[in-house]
Parts: sequence; structure tokens; C-alpha cells
Amino acid sequence: MRQAVVSGAPGTNLSPEESAVVSLPQEPDLHIFAAIVENKFGVLARIAGLFSRRGFNIFSLAVAPTADPSYSRITIVVDVHNTDVNQIAKQLDKLVNVINISELHPSDSLERELMLARVGAADLEAVTDVISEYGGEVLDHADGEAIVSVSAHPDRLDRCERQLRPFGLHVLQRTGRIALRALDADEPAVGMTA
Amino acid sequence: MELTGAQALMRSLEMSGVEVMFGLPGGAILPVYDPVLDSPIRHVLVRHEQGAGHMAQGYAHVTGKPGVAMVTSGPAATNIVTPLCDAFMDSIPMVVVTGQVAMSAIGSDAFQECDTTGITMAVTKHNYLVTDPADIPRIVAEAFHIATTGRPGPVLIDLPKDVSNATMDWYWPDGVDLPGYRPRHEIDPAAIAEAARLIRTAERPVIYAGGGLLKARAAEALRELAEMCDIHVVTTLMARGVFPDRHRLCLGMPGMHGNYTAVTAMQQADLLINLGARFDDRVTGNPAHFAPAAKVIHVDIDPAEHGKVRVPDVPVAGDAKVAIEALIEALRPGDGSSVTDAMADRSVWKSTVSGWQEQYPLSYDQPSSGHPLKPQYVVEQLRDHTPDDTIVVAGVGQHQMWASQFWQFDHPYTWVNSGGLGTMGFAVPAAIGAKVGRPDRTVWAIDGDGCFQMTAQELISASAENIPVKVGILNNAYLGMVRQWQELFYAERYSEVYLSADHPDYVGWAEAMGCVGIRVESAEEVVPAITKANAVNDRPVVIDFRVDTEEKVYPMVPAGGSNDDIILGPEGDADAALKGSAPS
Repeated sequence: MRQAVVSGAPGTNLSPEESAVVSLPQEPDLHIFAAIVENKFGVLARIAGLFSRRGFNIFSLAVAPTADPSYSRITIVVDVHNTDVNQIAKQLDKLVNVINISELHPSDSLERELMLARVGAADLEAVTDVISEYGGEVLDHADGEAIVSVSAHPDRLDRCERQLRPFGLHVLQRTGRIALRALDADEPAVGMTA
Repeated sequence: MELTGAQALMRSLEMSGVEVMFGLPGGAILPVYDPVLDSPIRHVLVRHEQGAGHMAQGYAHVTGKPGVAMVTSGPAATNIVTPLCDAFMDSIPMVVVTGQVAMSAIGSDAFQECDTTGITMAVTKHNYLVTDPADIPRIVAEAFHIATTGRPGPVLIDLPKDVSNATMDWYWPDGVDLPGYRPRHEIDPAAIAEAARLIRTAERPVIYAGGGLLKARAAEALRELAEMCDIHVVTTLMARGVFPDRHRLCLGMPGMHGNYTAVTAMQQADLLINLGARFDDRVTGNPAHFAPAAKVIHVDIDPAEHGKVRVPDVPVAGDAKVAIEALIEALRPGDGSSVTDAMADRSVWKSTVSGWQEQYPLSYDQPSSGHPLKPQYVVEQLRDHTPDDTIVVAGVGQHQMWASQFWQFDHPYTWVNSGGLGTMGFAVPAAIGAKVGRPDRTVWAIDGDGCFQMTAQELISASAENIPVKVGILNNAYLGMVRQWQELFYAERYSEVYLSADHPDYVGWAEAMGCVGIRVESAEEVVPAITKANAVNDRPVVIDFRVDTEEKVYPMVPAGGSNDDIILGPEGDADAALKGSAPS
């Protein structure tokens, strides 16, 4: 089975040994949706419930209030290998609390994800070298362990994660990606407003 | 003016045009039941909360107005989940108010607390937990707006007891402000033009008429389109009555138990004009093999239906009536010539279809006296001995299919049933709701014995409130449809489907509930019993029709099969199933 979970990437919170057996036999086909929703209680449950009952597969989900706190912006990464992308958008759009929904294409979007990790740091300098390469920082270190923080494109974060693995990846927390349409990008192809 | 939340709720229901509500009081909703006494809204007291929900649905089906039900928290709320889900599946406008424990007790596992909004999220179009009495008018206005616009559906309002008891300054909102709710879609003229082109060039077109046409009040528009273009119409289970069965272009019901002509005409069509239907699996069979040569025009007010099952060649998002009228406009020639002159030659198709109709009519065999009573015969006699505009309400199972097959529906809003969810026990309460909505009409529930036993207690509500519905039970002492499947697909291994021929005593039960009870065991007794029932107008009537246990619903497309593999009768060939006819 594919190890896809809400709010995270494969291997979240797994020990190095467990991480080694995590596998993705079927490559996920990930699409990114951005939704503006009313900032009311229960809205996230409505969205999660819709995905569950329609059999849509959430890969990651990030949500926080917009500049106008009466709305929240949600970035949902969905594995659509067995689902029609338009169905997901149209079903989401039917939720009364969803103001609008658009699909963000990776080619014309800017994506970022934040990672916090507790890694083995017997060789702190080597860990720091890896982290620096990705523009991250070491936030804390003690007793041969370090807590590091990296913010990057999710693909870069995947590479960073792989490079940290040999040091011992004791705890991993990724936020799931957030994304915005690039300034020079065309309007969305899906018939929904951005 | 200062009102309690409870008073504000009742006032808001009045402002929303509610005339009748169905419900049952209890702890958390008690504050609201006090102003019920002062309200002009008629309240029908039910015996089980599921009954309140189905009554509201039956009322909505026949009136087009939203059905309203009110019950208390906890078990009452969970009891009404089935009607909510039923209304959600069949797009029935309904507003349900549930009591809730006080705000301060929510989350504490208080007495009769349950997470009603959480539980009903998946079976409502939208739901609300009211946290401030000042929100009540706005929420009620929004609830009715959401329930009745776009694709209709159920909306639930969960009202904590302390919110009902607190006070607010009364107001009534001018309108609703729901920035995320856009139920209206402008009809795309380009899509209409393309649809008109497909209609002109199709050689084997079929109109696939769905329940959405009834919601859109589009029966007349449909008739104009069909007649203008001279195109056959199939009416789905949810659409029975939207196009008259007696019309020369009507092919009747398609699907798993549809008639041969309706099923095969769709299957061999080169154009399906889907108006307000959703390619339900009971219609399509295996979708991969459904109508393989057909191009598809799909008119639906819910764009999410486009491509959910079948990808349409021409999706039209919008109100069915508006779309049909636009189609008629686009098809009408400017020079006053006949529309059909501009269409492809369909004479071969027409004669093929009428050949099927002649060769494969719906039929059954009612032998002379001394033989078991056939359920289809009962339906035909009910049809022939009741007023033309009688409202027929069915439960779910064999009796439902026989009712749909053998009744002749010539008027819209005369057929009420549970299509999508398939809720056994729907008929009795839905018939009561229908009779409340249309007291001027004769309302017959055609029910099964299994179904009747699930919700019969609502006949006590009907007796107590003088709601004279009539119930004909097609009693074969079995869960008949399950028995049919076990006979055909499980090598006649009948597992837990026999209900007993001796219990209950339906006549005694009916009489105990304040109804007239009649038992019918032979064909000769059928018409006299119906005549007697029709003459009763001061209380409900229950007729226990003892029908043939062995009788099965045909034709049948096995679940998941292709519509090409339709089984016509017991021997799998046409002659065996289709030779007989009703006794004269």
C-alpha cells in the first residue's frame, strides 16, 4: 500500500529502520488545489469528509487564515491516479463554505514546504553542510542530536530528507506544501475562479 | 421586539412560508415546542422520528415545497439520519431542525448528546450548529434558500437548548449572503447550439428524462421538445409521471427492471439526451457497456454530475426547464417549416422501436380462480379503480418495481418513492406526508410486507390526525426482492428472507391502529376491496393482498451486467415471460 497520509509526506515520524521499508509501489499523480474557504468551525471536517466519502486521496493539506481573517486558504495536494481532477474541483465547489477552488499547475506555481527534523549529529559539521546547501538552519543541538529546519520546494525537501537519512532521521515533521500561482501565470484551466 | 431563540425559530419558519411540519418533542427541543402551540403552522405528531423525515419528504415530493421536520437531540437526531440521506440521494428539499444539548454541555457526552452536525455532514447539502440566538433568522433563511435552490436537498439546523432559551432582538433578513454558494448557472448558448446540431443529425435519439425535470417543473417543456422533435422518451424511476405513459412517444421506465423497449432503445441509441438524470447504476448497468454508440447531451443543474459516471459530449449546466426552452428555440426553424424536416431520417429506428414494443410488452400471467393472486394484477386493478390523478407511494423492493411498471403515470407529481437510497419503510410515512400536502387527492401507498413492518406505526399518527391514506400491501410473506436474488443468483438458498405467512395479522394490526383492515386472498376479491377502501374517507385503510410468493420482477438486468443481457422472464426468453395477460 502507498504510504500517503494527511499533513505529511511518506515516512513521517518513522524511525530510520521503519523509514527504510516505506515504499511507493504506485507512483502518485499529485495535483495541487488552492481553495478559499470561510473561516468557520467545521469547514475542514467538511472538506476532509468529502474527500473520504468520494474516495479522493489527500496527500497533504495545509490551512491557515488569509489576510482577511474571515477566510482561510487551503492548499490540498491530491493523488488523482484513480480520480477525475474535475470531479474533485466540482465536488469541492459544491460545499457552501468553499468560496472558490482552483488547480495550481506546478509549471506556473511557486511551491514551498517547511520541514523540521531531529537528526543524529555526531558529526554536526556534516549535518550543517547538508542543511546549508538547502538554505536551512540548525535550530538546536545537544547530546549528538540536532533539530534542523528547511524551507524549500517539496522536491528539494525530498532530496534534503534523503541526504539527512544516513545521519539518522529520528523525528520528521513536514507541513505539506503551500503554493501560489506565479505572477506571470495564465488563469486556471479548470473552470473555477482563483 | 425581544424573542426567545425558540420563538425566533418558529417565527422564522412562518416567515419562510412553512405551513406544515412533522415532528416529535423531547428534552433538548422542549423550548421550541412551547411556541408551537401559538404558531399557525400545523404540526403533525409522529410516532418515530424517521416517520417525520419521510413525511416531510412525501410532502415535498407532491407539493414542490420544502418539507420540514423537527425532533430532539441524540437518538431523535440519529433516527432522522435515514430520511436525510434519502432526501440527499433523491434531491428532495427539506429542512430539519434538531434540538441539541446546551452549548456548555457540548462535548461532555451529556444525556442525549450526539454530534449531530458531524453525523449528518455527509447526508445533508449543508448543516448548521446555532451558537447565538441572533443568528436564527439568518440561518433559517439560508437553510430554506439552500434546500430549495440549485440541486435541492436537505439542510439541518442543530439548535442547542440554551440558545433556544436565550433572547434576541427579532429581525428578518432581506436576503441571504452566501458567497460560496452559486446554485445558478447561465445556460451556455454554444452548448445549446451544439446540442441542437446533435439532435438534428441523430438517427436513433432517445430522451433520458430524470427526476431533475420534476424539480425544475419542466414537464410541459419536455413534452414540447419531445413532440416538436418527435423523439422517444424514457422516464427513470424518479421521473415517472413527468411524461405521460399513454403518450405515443413514451417508452416507460429503463434500467434494471425497465421494460425491454426502454432499455434497448437507450442501449442502441446514437444520441442520449439526458435531462436531469444522473446515469445511476440501476439505469446504466455496467457503465462500460452502456449505450456504447451514443453521443451524450447531459443537462444538469449540478455540474459535478457531468463526467461523474459518463463523460458527456455536450454538458449543459443549468436549470432543465431553461435549458429545454433554449433548445426548443435553437431547434425551431426561422422560416416556419416543420422542425422534423430538418432532422435526419428516423423511419427505420421508429419502426424498430415499435416492433420491440409490440413484441416485448410488460406482461404477467394471472391464472383463473384457485391460483395464487399475482401482485401485478393487484397493481393493475388499483390503477384502473382509482382516480386518474391518484398519488402512488411505494417502499422499496419488488412491489416498488411492479408499481412503477404496471401503474400508468399520466401526471407529474403522482409518484413518490425512494429511488437512490432504497429505503425500506418509506411508503407509509411518505404517503401520509403526501396526503397532508395534497388532501384533495387520493393517496395510495403500494407497499411490501417487509417494508410495512418497518414503519407501520405511523398509521397511528394518520388515524390520530385524520389523514386518510390507503395502503395496499403486496404481501408475499418474504423479503421478496432478496428472495428473488437468492433464487436466481444463490442457487435457491433462501437465507433469512421468510417473514411468516401467519404473523402479523395485518387486519388486526390495522384495526388496532385505528384503520380499516381488509384481507384479500383471491383475484375475485381485489376490486371489491379497492372499491370499499376508496369509499373510506375518515380514516386510513390497509389492504393485505396475499400474493404469489414465487412471482418475480421481470425484465431484469443482473447487477453489474450489460443492458444487452436483459433477462425477459423465468426461462430467460421472451415467450415464457410474456405470453400471459390479466384475466378478463
